[in-house]
Amino acid sequence: MKTKIINLLETTGFSWSVPMVKLAAGENPREQCQELFSLLGLPIIAAILFLALWGSMAAQVNTSLGQLPGPAQVWQQATTLYDEHIEEREKEVAFYERQELRNAKKLEKNPDAQVKIRPYTGKPTFFDQILTSLLTVFTGFFMATIIAIPIGVACGLSDRLYTAVSPLIQVFKPVSPLAWLPIVTMVVSAVYVTDDPMFEKAFITSAITVMLCSLWPTLINTAVGVASIDRDLINVGRVIRLHWTAQVFRVALPASLPMIFTGLRISLGIGWMVLIAAEMLAQNPGLGKFVWDEFQNGSSNSLGRIMVAVLAIGIIGFILDWMMVTLQKLFSHDPNASIR
Amino acid sequence: MSALSNVVSKEVTHGEDIVTTVVNAGSLNTRSVNEAIAEESPVIEKTYLEVSHTSIEFPTKKGPFKALDDVNLKIARGEFISLIGHSGCGKSTVLNIIAGLLQATEGGVILEGREVNEPGPDRAVVFQNHSLLPWLTVYQNVELAVKQVFKGKKTRAEMAEWIEHNLELVHMNHALHKRPSEISGGMKQRVGIARALAMQPKVLLMDEPFGALDALTRAHLQDSLMEIQKEIQNTVVMITHDVDEAVLLSDRIVMMTNGPEATIGEILEVGLARPRNRVELADDSEYNHYRSEVLKFLYERQRKPEEKVA
Repeated sequence: MKTKIINLLETTGFSWSVPMVKLAAGENPREQCQELFSLLGLPIIAAILFLALWGSMAAQVNTSLGQLPGPAQVWQQATTLYDEHIEEREKEVAFYERQELRNAKKLEKNPDAQVKIRPYTGKPTFFDQILTSLLTVFTGFFMATIIAIPIGVACGLSDRLYTAVSPLIQVFKPVSPLAWLPIVTMVVSAVYVTDDPMFEKAFITSAITVMLCSLWPTLINTAVGVASIDRDLINVGRVIRLHWTAQVFRVALPASLPMIFTGLRISLGIGWMVLIAAEMLAQNPGLGKFVWDEFQNGSSNSLGRIMVAVLAIGIIGFILDWMMVTLQKLFSHDPNASIR
Repeated sequence: MSALSNVVSKEVTHGEDIVTTVVNAGSLNTRSVNEAIAEESPVIEKTYLEVSHTSIEFPTKKGPFKALDDVNLKIARGEFISLIGHSGCGKSTVLNIIAGLLQATEGGVILEGREVNEPGPDRAVVFQNHSLLPWLTVYQNVELAVKQVFKGKKTRAEMAEWIEHNLELVHMNHALHKRPSEISGGMKQRVGIARALAMQPKVLLMDEPFGALDALTRAHLQDSLMEIQKEIQNTVVMITHDVDEAVLLSDRIVMMTNGPEATIGEILEVGLARPRNRVELADDSEYNHYRSEVLKFLYERQRKPEEKVA
């Protein structure tokens, strides 16, 4: 039982809480407390020092928007953003209640009356924007994955294809999202023409930009992973005469999964970084637009609110990476491999 | 092995599907029995597998490199052949050509009167480094091969029984649902052998199957292999660089000259009676004679060039 919990905590990246489990199980308290201190205490002390340093340094800097916010002001802005979110939700509920009431009255007078149900059009809150950003990044990441993995597998299986495609990869890989964006915007405007758009153009532009930038790590890792499969494993497939599709899906893909996940992890990290820049320019209503709007807004609270966004971006990026590491550990064949 | 001993007799050989018998409901066993061949000709005389005038060249930067030159070898059904020679002499190349994993430049391989030039389950390979798929369990590893080979020939239940039967043969039925990373090197190699046996091959090809194991595990596996051989009389071609292993297991030892342009130097018939017991044989003069024959070939006639200088 205890070992099971500890294993679970370690695969999911919560190894700092292992000493607590051991303490609860009655292991040597002194040893476990020391362990706990080094795993949890040290990072906490470092964070406190950082906050103190930030607070004292920020007070020294005066900008045209007032003093650079310290941790206290940022915290205050974070709570304000949360309150605004709650308020907006209450307004929305009230709006729908009013609408229903109005419609009910209308129907009471005349049962044949046409009632209109209008969606609520309040401005998106900070938390709505986080959701938009997540949706956008996952859309882009998903598109990148379905393009990169098949091409990567093909490149890994065929040396010739890899030689052919390699220069293209090398050239497009280092291109900044900011350079892609104008082209993507124009292409999307030209190609995506409908009267009843399911997605906003800004959303599609941002997602495609994310895709273009996060494609490469997965592609390269998949190609290398597939190319470096143990020859004998391939030969096993040849001896039992696996059909080539079975060879790909039952041997090549599973064998290179650890490498593919390494690539996916890098891709998602890059995608999240690229997204903020893309949203700023494409005006997709996500975190990037939030930062840009606050910057343009230029109130005395703006810097504090931007700082909240910066921290939110960092924390979400951390959580995304943690998810990918956990997946990576689950799909690793070698239980002794250390994945950080 | 006891579960099997009442089922399979000497006549039971791998071969064409003439008669399929189910003997003893307790341990269901569907193995093709070709009594005609077994009765008419003593197993040893008929050529079953032939490596005929086989040469191979590999392209290199300095021009073609001729690894093998005119290799000729006739193997009878049920025979156990060892290929021995110094490293780099092309033993593995011969095996890979028989397996169809490499194509000979000249000559070729004939199995039961038909030329073979692509890999197939009738020539199952046991690789040196077990080559189990690490994401599949022991059972699933064998299952992958069995499903592929007996698709449409066995029912699901028969396949399950066949997989378990083969894993029992190598004493691995206690770890059916473990992954390769959870079992020892010797066990992995046992599973590799079970997977190959489960393909019911005409020829079992083994590429230094015990080379990566420690001496005790190796001895253990050799004994297991001899037991299995006693039961199912497979035709086996095994690569080894262990002289004792070659003498203990083989009916004939094929000694290869050094490369490039390696070929067969000498063939030694090992006339030791079976079953063979390693402890009893240790002091046996006949055994030691065979052993010294191989040693003389390897270290006197085919001493490696760099060793001569040193």
